[in-house]
Amino acid sequence: MNREKVIFAFFIVLALTLNFGFFLGEIENLAHHNVFEFFAAIVVSMICTVLKFGDRTHIGALMLATSLVADLQLVVAAMIWGYGTQISVDGVTPEMISSVVSLSGGALLANVVSVILLMVETIVVRR
Amino acid sequence: MNDIFYLLLRRLRQPLIILIVIYSVSTVGFVIIPGQDDQGNVWHMDFFHAVYFVSFMGSTIGFGEIPYSFTAAQRAWTLVSIYGTVISWLYSIGSLLALFQEPVFGRMLRRRSFVNEVSNFNEPFYLVCGYGITGGAIIKKLSERGIRAVVIDINQERIDRLEMDDLLTRVPGFCADASLPEALDDAGLQHTSCVGVLALTNNDNVNLSISIASKLLAPQRVVVSRTESEINARNLSSFGTDHIVDPFRAYAEYLSLAAHSPYMHLVYDWLINPDHRPLSSAYKKTSGLWIICGLGRFGKALYYEFAKHDVELVLLDDDERQLKNYKNTVVGLGTEATTLEIAGVRDAVGIIAGTDNDADNLSIIMTAQELNPKLVTVVRQNLNTNTLVYKNSNADFIMESGRIIANRILAKLKTPLLPMFIEQMQQQDDVWAHTLLNRMSSIADDRELDSWSITVNGDETPAIIAVSAESTPVKLSVLMKDPRHRKDQLRCFPLMLRRNGDLKLLPGELTVLEDGDQILFCGLADASDQMSWSINNYNILFYLQTGEEPSHNLLAKLLKRV
Repeated sequence: MNREKVIFAFFIVLALTLNFGFFLGEIENLAHHNVFEFFAAIVVSMICTVLKFGDRTHIGALMLATSLVADLQLVVAAMIWGYGTQISVDGVTPEMISSVVSLSGGALLANVVSVILLMVETIVVRR
Repeated sequence: MNDIFYLLLRRLRQPLIILIVIYSVSTVGFVIIPGQDDQGNVWHMDFFHAVYFVSFMGSTIGFGEIPYSFTAAQRAWTLVSIYGTVISWLYSIGSLLALFQEPVFGRMLRRRSFVNEVSNFNEPFYLVCGYGITGGAIIKKLSERGIRAVVIDINQERIDRLEMDDLLTRVPGFCADASLPEALDDAGLQHTSCVGVLALTNNDNVNLSISIASKLLAPQRVVVSRTESEINARNLSSFGTDHIVDPFRAYAEYLSLAAHSPYMHLVYDWLINPDHRPLSSAYKKTSGLWIICGLGRFGKALYYEFAKHDVELVLLDDDERQLKNYKNTVVGLGTEATTLEIAGVRDAVGIIAGTDNDADNLSIIMTAQELNPKLVTVVRQNLNTNTLVYKNSNADFIMESGRIIANRILAKLKTPLLPMFIEQMQQQDDVWAHTLLNRMSSIADDRELDSWSITVNGDETPAIIAVSAESTPVKLSVLMKDPRHRKDQLRCFPLMLRRNGDLKLLPGELTVLEDGDQILFCGLADASDQMSWSINNYNILFYLQTGEEPSHNLLAKLLKRV
């Protein structure tokens, strides 16, 4: 057992599960989407990105790309949410929360691809 | 590029993760810990404000407690997180700086900037492998002539020396093993502007692999290689190495020329060596008995060259087996008077101390000079560090392989007409050479005699083409006038004219130049600079031809017509 591999897989899967947990629920209902879960999803996604740094293989490059996509989606979602709570006069409207959730759905897809790539890599390397 | 980027990312993985974790923990802490607003109500900081506060706190900017004054619990958390964030920043920056200071990283950066610099070259350049004595001399000459070069050497000290040497043009250098094709490629082997590869390392095998790599990767590229063994020379020529320089053979040829036609030898010496031998040296008697001490590679090369011209020889060596197949031999090193007496030093005209031991060589010529002061002495120098002793040894010839190779190669690089001329002139007699030498001496004296060639065509000599097209044909003598004052002569003269493949030695000054002519000149380097004015600038050539300064603007032409 390789400790490094455990940590790596742990964070990648955690990014997916947190993202999924946040995404779950009615799209326009703010009560179904926890802000702490969202924050955790962003942080774990960023850690995943850094963990994927410096891998020169083709599959490593793909994984880094999926992570960057997830980061981008989540950061944009966070910006929209922040705009809703702090700047917008109307507060967080149902349109805003639905776009935050749908962006996190996009990030979820990227995380799914990332996990699939992780599985592919594990299956290819039979050790 | 990628190497550095990946190394940077991999090294920064840990500091970045720590930074992210500490920042997120501090942020969450501020969101969870209850605060108080200005009316005393319980107030929870939202993520936006928490990230904002942690961001400026972490960078120790400190805008104060916002949006409301903090409670004691919030201040306690600030205290914890301020140290956490600052330490994590210090750690990240520290590891970044440590990475920059690592020798590996520095080497990668240097290699990258070297590759970039070479690939941005847009003028012709030579790739020189090995920056020893030979490489150093060649680079110096090339940069004096304004020719670009790139150096690779396996020794970092030599690359440092290259950077400190006072060269006129910038010569990029890099420490790498030249026998690896990858290093050669980085140094611009496949670059379209690379005009030649010089394999000058002191290792025959490395030179061989440089030549092979160069011939395979870029077959049309000129390759010059030095070698010290016969087998290697044959190997090199088998795959088309353009010039192969064997210092022992080269010097043996040079010396044997001195022994049988001293003036021809001096002409050759003046054309090839930057600091040439004085004219008076030709008056020493050189035909007669020669003694060769040390029958190694150098001694054997000498033996073959001298034997070609039927020079009487005595061979000395302390190893009997070496002397087995030769006539006129004496066993002994030649360092003691008795051996030299047996060899007949009193009746000899010359002695060559050619062993591979510097102390022995010096001892041989000192003993020999004592026995026969009229002797022509030739001494082989093996180590560059002994230069000072050799300079004061009063020997007539000092054979130092590094310089020999450098001069030989430079003569070839200067102009391809020069080796052609040298080949042609050896068919002339010594009287012809004496006249030529007097002419050379009258223009160069003890300064360096340079040589250069021009080709009459639209690209290289636009002025000649233009003037001869519209007025009288241009004669060779016009080019030798000083463009600043046409009554003065430039200190140079033509050595050879090549027209339609025919070579004419010492062409007359009244020869009319034709399109496609190639002319080899010799003279002072300054004359070459002046001549480039007259062959490129129409106005100057017109002045030299007619003595009047033309003005070719529209107004002057109109006025002339009136």
